[in-house]
Amino acid sequence: MSSDAKAAAPPAEVPNAGQVAAAVRGFIADIGPTVALALSSCVHCGRCAEACQFYVQTGDPRYTPIHKVEPFRRAYEREVGPFAFAYRLLGLAPKITPDELARWQELIYDSCNMCGRCSLICPMGIDIAELVERARHGMFAAGLAAADFLGVLAEKEHATGSPFGLVRSQFEDMLHAIGRDHGVVMNVDKGTADIVPTVSSIDVKMYPASMAAIAKVLNHMGASWTFRTDGFDADNVSLTAGDRAGQRKITLGIVKAALACDANTVVMPECGHSFTEMRWEAANAFGEALPFRVLQITELIAEGLSVGRIRVNKVPHSATYHDACQLSRRGGATAAPRVILEALGVELHEMEDAGATNWCCGGGGGVALIKRAQPLMDKAFEIKQRQIEVTGVATIYTSCSGCRQTLEHGGKARNWNKTVASLLELVADNLKD
Amino acid sequence: MTLLAFARGPALQAALLIMIAGIFWRLAGIFLLPPRAQHAAPRHSLAGRIGGGALMIVSRFIPHHTFWPRVAMSVVLSTTFHLGLAIILLGGAPHILLIHQVTGLTWPGLPKGLIVISSGLTLASMIVLLIRRITHPVLRMLSTVDDYLSWLLVFLPVLTGILLAGETIGGYGTLLALHILSVELMMVWLPFGKLMHGALVFAGRWGMGMNFARKGAAT
Repeated sequence: MSSDAKAAAPPAEVPNAGQVAAAVRGFIADIGPTVALALSSCVHCGRCAEACQFYVQTGDPRYTPIHKVEPFRRAYEREVGPFAFAYRLLGLAPKITPDELARWQELIYDSCNMCGRCSLICPMGIDIAELVERARHGMFAAGLAAADFLGVLAEKEHATGSPFGLVRSQFEDMLHAIGRDHGVVMNVDKGTADIVPTVSSIDVKMYPASMAAIAKVLNHMGASWTFRTDGFDADNVSLTAGDRAGQRKITLGIVKAALACDANTVVMPECGHSFTEMRWEAANAFGEALPFRVLQITELIAEGLSVGRIRVNKVPHSATYHDACQLSRRGGATAAPRVILEALGVELHEMEDAGATNWCCGGGGGVALIKRAQPLMDKAFEIKQRQIEVTGVATIYTSCSGCRQTLEHGGKARNWNKTVASLLELVADNLKD
Repeated sequence: MTLLAFARGPALQAALLIMIAGIFWRLAGIFLLPPRAQHAAPRHSLAGRIGGGALMIVSRFIPHHTFWPRVAMSVVLSTTFHLGLAIILLGGAPHILLIHQVTGLTWPGLPKGLIVISSGLTLASMIVLLIRRITHPVLRMLSTVDDYLSWLLVFLPVLTGILLAGETIGGYGTLLALHILSVELMMVWLPFGKLMHGALVFAGRWGMGMNFARKGAAT
């Protein structure tokens, strides 16, 4: 492990017995056959380590993905598993100690992007990224989410619906201001609309032009659409922090907003985890199939291009595309951005491992929001840096604001002569009149 | 009662009973948990999802090419060991005879030379796997008593089987008894430790394949 990374992770505060008990309750709260099978199956082959950027970059065995969920596995074996009585009787799965839980905070939060590369290599078919997400539920229940800043943002999101505490009136004002600045009509809180776009809180803070861009695209399509201030921020920091209740609240807020205006499509912003949540988990939180489609913005644009509802000018230049793990590997939206780039006439120079086996930018899974994890994140970023440099291009497009922010941050730290840009904004800037 | 009679009689019955009851209990403890309903509209039809599950059972034997440089040793060793074991178990004449006696099924045995080579490769790969487990930082950290015990309980039947086939040391009856007893020990431990992966691997890959096909995720 690099000395930088080691220095970056001060020991977490040791939890008390009550917190440990809460963590165990959180770990075992919703274990079904899939998770039980996953927690029972590991053969300790160690291959997942070789797929993990944190292990590959540091050589520290603690970053072996399946090791990161060890407290979760122990809680399962001791409390729920078929031989739980024997495990307790014979001491085969000792109680999780406060010290262990404190040590695992870094492993469960700081050193996992939930990128799912480990899940792609596991010969036993264990979805380790999914286990880490579940393990965070236990940590959050114990008050052990990485507080600075992930936990704090999740807390604010749970309380207000926005990680930055933005209330409905502020969001409405902001949207109209963005509309004025970019000369675009913003539809807000219409009574009925076919399409409800959502935003990422990163866009709100860093990339307001992307909100103008989505309005431009929807206006160009001639769509009936509206932003809804009662369900606008899809970021779902709660998901990455492990706050189940907050995650559900954000998700159901958007579902209710879409239902309120009879939408047939909810469009997710350039954000990886929010798409995963809305596309695959919202219906489960709602309790039945959703009466509308959930599309990531690149899917909507690719669809619009294919049926002629979106027409773009060719802007020939060379670029590479960074796949957000949750959109591509985990979400099945790998083709759409490439369809868009082709329509724009962009000469695409793919990175090695593009698509299914791509490397995370290093900031996914909320890691970018954990202050003390920055040196470790930077180590992980070096892989992406090398791969981008090999392509020889000056422009990197992506469809995830979190990735965009991480790529920009990494590039800035290295005085990088590269431009990181939003694919959505590229489309919006080159729509045919 | 001779050692061989004990191995073929009460020991075998007890081992079978423990193994079957243990497997049943373990599988029930996993699969009788309440499942989590999935309501999101899948990207693929049921047929596509079933295809995804079936494909993953096969595809996970070979890692994606990008992983090869880092996992080649692990894959080659474990594949050699598992294939060697399968060849010995399903191709060795004495094993086919045993299966015939129990089930009525039979098939031609493989040439003895091939069985000998497979046995040697299996034994050698197991030894290298053990050395790797002890020396590789990741494997050493992950390993538990179960890993070493499971290794030993597979190694002993392979070793006694080789000695039995060669009739190199000891009397045939004693070696046969030791071979059977070592297999019975393995059977007794099977439901409780990592040896159970022989069954769980197919369920795990199937489930992941179905789930990833539902999402259109990379497999």
